[in-house]
Amino acid sequence: MLFTDSAFIIGLVVLCVTYFLIPKKFRWMLLLAASVLFYAYSGLSNLLYIAATTVSTYFVTRKLDAMAGARKEYLAAHKSEMKREEKKAYKEAANKRRFRLLVGLLVLNFGILAVIKYGAFAMRNMNALAGLFGNDNAFPIPQFLLPMGISFYTFQTMGYAIDVYREKYPHEKNIAKLGLFVSFFPQLIQGPISRYDELSEPLYAGNGFQPRRVLFGTQRILWGYCKKMILADRILPAVTVLISDPEQYYGVYAFLGILYYMLQLYADFTGGIDITIGIGQVLGIPLAENFERPFFSKNITEYWRRWHITLNTWFKDYLFYPLSVCKPMLNLSKWSREKLGKTIGKYVPVYVATIAVWFLTGLWHGAAWNFIVWGLMNAVVILISERMTPLYEKFHAKYKWSNTRAYDGFQAVRTTLLMGCLRMFDCYRDVPMTFKMFSSMFTSFNFHVLWDGSLMKLSLTGWDYMILLIGTGILLTASLLGRRGSVRKMVLDRSPVLSCVLTVAMFLAVLIFGAYGIGYDSSQFIYNQF
Amino acid sequence: MTKKKVVQSGVAMAVSAAVLTAAAQRLVQPKYMADVVEGNLIADYYKSGFDHDVVFVGDCECYENFSPVTLWEKNGISSAIRGSAQQLIWQSYYLLEDTLRYEKPDVAVFNVLSMKYDTPQNEAYNRMSIEGMRWSKSKADCIRASMTEEESFLSYVFPILRYHSRWNELTAEDFRYYFGAKPNFFSGYYLRADIKAAENVPEGRPLTDYSFGETCWEYLEKMRVLCEENDVKLLLIKAPSLYPYWYDEWDAQITEYAAAHNLPYLNFLDEKRIAEVGIDFTTDTYDGGLHMNVYGAEKLSVWLGEYLSEEFSLEDRRKEPELAAYWLDICVRYHTEFEKQKENLRIYGNVKGIPEKEEENGTPKE
Amino acid sequence: MITHKYRNYVMEETMMSETYETLVGILKDLHEDVDFETCETLIDDKILDSFDIITVITEISNEFDVAIPADKIIPENFNSAKALAALIESLEED
Repeated sequence: MLFTDSAFIIGLVVLCVTYFLIPKKFRWMLLLAASVLFYAYSGLSNLLYIAATTVSTYFVTRKLDAMAGARKEYLAAHKSEMKREEKKAYKEAANKRRFRLLVGLLVLNFGILAVIKYGAFAMRNMNALAGLFGNDNAFPIPQFLLPMGISFYTFQTMGYAIDVYREKYPHEKNIAKLGLFVSFFPQLIQGPISRYDELSEPLYAGNGFQPRRVLFGTQRILWGYCKKMILADRILPAVTVLISDPEQYYGVYAFLGILYYMLQLYADFTGGIDITIGIGQVLGIPLAENFERPFFSKNITEYWRRWHITLNTWFKDYLFYPLSVCKPMLNLSKWSREKLGKTIGKYVPVYVATIAVWFLTGLWHGAAWNFIVWGLMNAVVILISERMTPLYEKFHAKYKWSNTRAYDGFQAVRTTLLMGCLRMFDCYRDVPMTFKMFSSMFTSFNFHVLWDGSLMKLSLTGWDYMILLIGTGILLTASLLGRRGSVRKMVLDRSPVLSCVLTVAMFLAVLIFGAYGIGYDSSQFIYNQF
Repeated sequence: MTKKKVVQSGVAMAVSAAVLTAAAQRLVQPKYMADVVEGNLIADYYKSGFDHDVVFVGDCECYENFSPVTLWEKNGISSAIRGSAQQLIWQSYYLLEDTLRYEKPDVAVFNVLSMKYDTPQNEAYNRMSIEGMRWSKSKADCIRASMTEEESFLSYVFPILRYHSRWNELTAEDFRYYFGAKPNFFSGYYLRADIKAAENVPEGRPLTDYSFGETCWEYLEKMRVLCEENDVKLLLIKAPSLYPYWYDEWDAQITEYAAAHNLPYLNFLDEKRIAEVGIDFTTDTYDGGLHMNVYGAEKLSVWLGEYLSEEFSLEDRRKEPELAAYWLDICVRYHTEFEKQKENLRIYGNVKGIPEKEEENGTPKE
Repeated sequence: MITHKYRNYVMEETMMSETYETLVGILKDLHEDVDFETCETLIDDKILDSFDIITVITEISNEFDVAIPADKIIPENFNSAKALAALIESLEED
């Protein structure tokens, strides 16, 4: 089910109204029922996967807590008679057992994800490898229907399990409540990936009706639909045309493809997140922000702090840090310090962990080498710019003009273009084609396509361009205003009437200018299969 | 903010959103005035007095081939055509059901060409056949039976969902006829006075299977039962349109069905009957044999009027003052339009009176 | 009372000083221009990024033979040199 399905929209309205009408203690159950219904709608068999994750996580986290409790009890009971070393040894042994249990859970859940999402990809590569030895099609290629949002809920739930293992908070004792945390429906389409300690309380509490919250939430939902339906869905056919035929669309077209794709991706993804967070806000459930005006970033590192934030912090907390400070890594660092010198040894963990994280981030985005190369390129750019940081600092200290607004703007444009070029890996069918199209931008100067009417042949009319220009302008203005705080709050504080008028206006804008219905492909949200 | 104010602004927002949506919806809906006038046919019925002896249902072979004005003027039969372009049999059925909510005619006439379509065909035709209907269970059922895969029920309830992208195609017509179309039809008849002789009408290509689909039979049966239950006599006809080709094998199936259920069936493609009616395919069609022009339709109606009066013993109702006044208005409009078209043909060479020879060819036809 | 508190303070300082100074040295190596002895918002103000954190942890493991586990990487522990030194102490004790 998509945000743009009429069934979703109708269901959402019914849910929000019902939520505030029923007694508070039943409200979380309504959310659970809605989530199950939502998930069942996308395929009954998919419920099995999400149920497997919920049940396995529930029992493992329960056991983890029980083991931690037993450990604490034992230590307290034998406090006086045990020596420090004994205590330490006992603790380590106890935690080792807990760790094994956690690993079992992680292997099971990430295993399901891996098989379903990456099984075919892995087998194709195995086949290619076997082909080198003259053994064609040695492995069968499995075909799975990807359950909706499986990456999102797997990551979210495993984050929770790791936190329970780390004893950050006790496990959820009500399996139905855990089920709601795993399956909370607005998040299943495009994220964000929430943290249990932040989400659980408002999720399970029956939240009251707060007019201001409902207004802001509704505005955010409508704003999301505006982005998604007026901009993203409108430009999508042009993106498809541009990338589907590289033989015809190279050079300036490839550059246009980047711009169109960036707009499409941004409007689609942030629009979807706006809808999700808006739904949460209406219901009184604050969800984690996933974007912070990413294209205003000064560099790629900053960009990745501001784009798909919850995924990147997840990787940071549950992969990057554990990987870079684990014993083998520290030993590796020591070893390389001795063999390769102090400086290299110092940075080994950072480099290895960064590359591993970006390899997986690439893989997360899709089961194809394109995405892996894309991820690794990000790692390379990030590591290079990290190494260059002292140089930048000297540069900014020396040249005062580099600290102006204009230079900030230049950096934002640079970041945007750099990310756009990297995003080419998303678009083209394979890695060599991507490089070919990239280089065509510098070798083929077919600028005439900009004014000879070719732009009108990309399945966009003059009217479409007009809407896209105005829409992008509004988007940019809103982003600029948003740097000083919530635009919705600013508008409401200035004039409640204006706030209401804008709400109605957004509704009408989506209805009239949205690219939906017959004549438009109801395009799938780019992110919902991840 | 006080609670009262919150409720007030909430209601104000909801109401203004609804009103503006409705206003925008009316604006973007096609008005079917200059082009594709057939889009207004179905709604036309509701402006009538709901007092008809005969009601026609069916596709273009109905609304272009029979003239209710002639039936009135010659035989005093009050009739209405509920025809629309490529009206499918279930649409005919539901239109009949809908009609019975307003009146009980003596005779229902169904043109059997649509027996050839067993599945939903075309979104545009669906829209024209259904959107004009007033809301009722019949309309809802009709939508469900007619939708092609890409369509949604909701977009019939809220046509703005279908037509919103017309915002950049709006013309003066959309504003001029915002509050309603001007009457273009004569009790459901679409008048055409131009002539294009039927030449070289192709023979039908052989089919692998001539049997009509199950759904069609089901609805024909439903139609028969509906008429029986409401004490309406059902008359099956096949209008004298040369194309789409009407196969003998098809005709045999209808003949058989009619005989089995004791229904009258008139095939106007029958050579003897063509001669009897006096149709001349060189002068009586306006598009090379697909549809009759007004000359053909009048001849056909003269014949049918006699037939209806005799077979179903319909009274001559021209003496009823109220009804006569109602029909007088239609007859005057009819003859004025007829004269105007003849005049246009003489001056411009086309019925619409378009100066250049750019008569648009966008009209969808069966 | 006052004397007691003061004595505690002094003891704490002396006890931590060795760890603390080594740590400040490590940090200075990363960012020369930051005053690590007073700054208490190293994470909140994004002075230390995730790369710096890892580098610091690697260096600490090298200098003190203490492995800081991933779940201890939270802003409270890394916002000031003092807090980090305290973390190291507590891990050494364990």
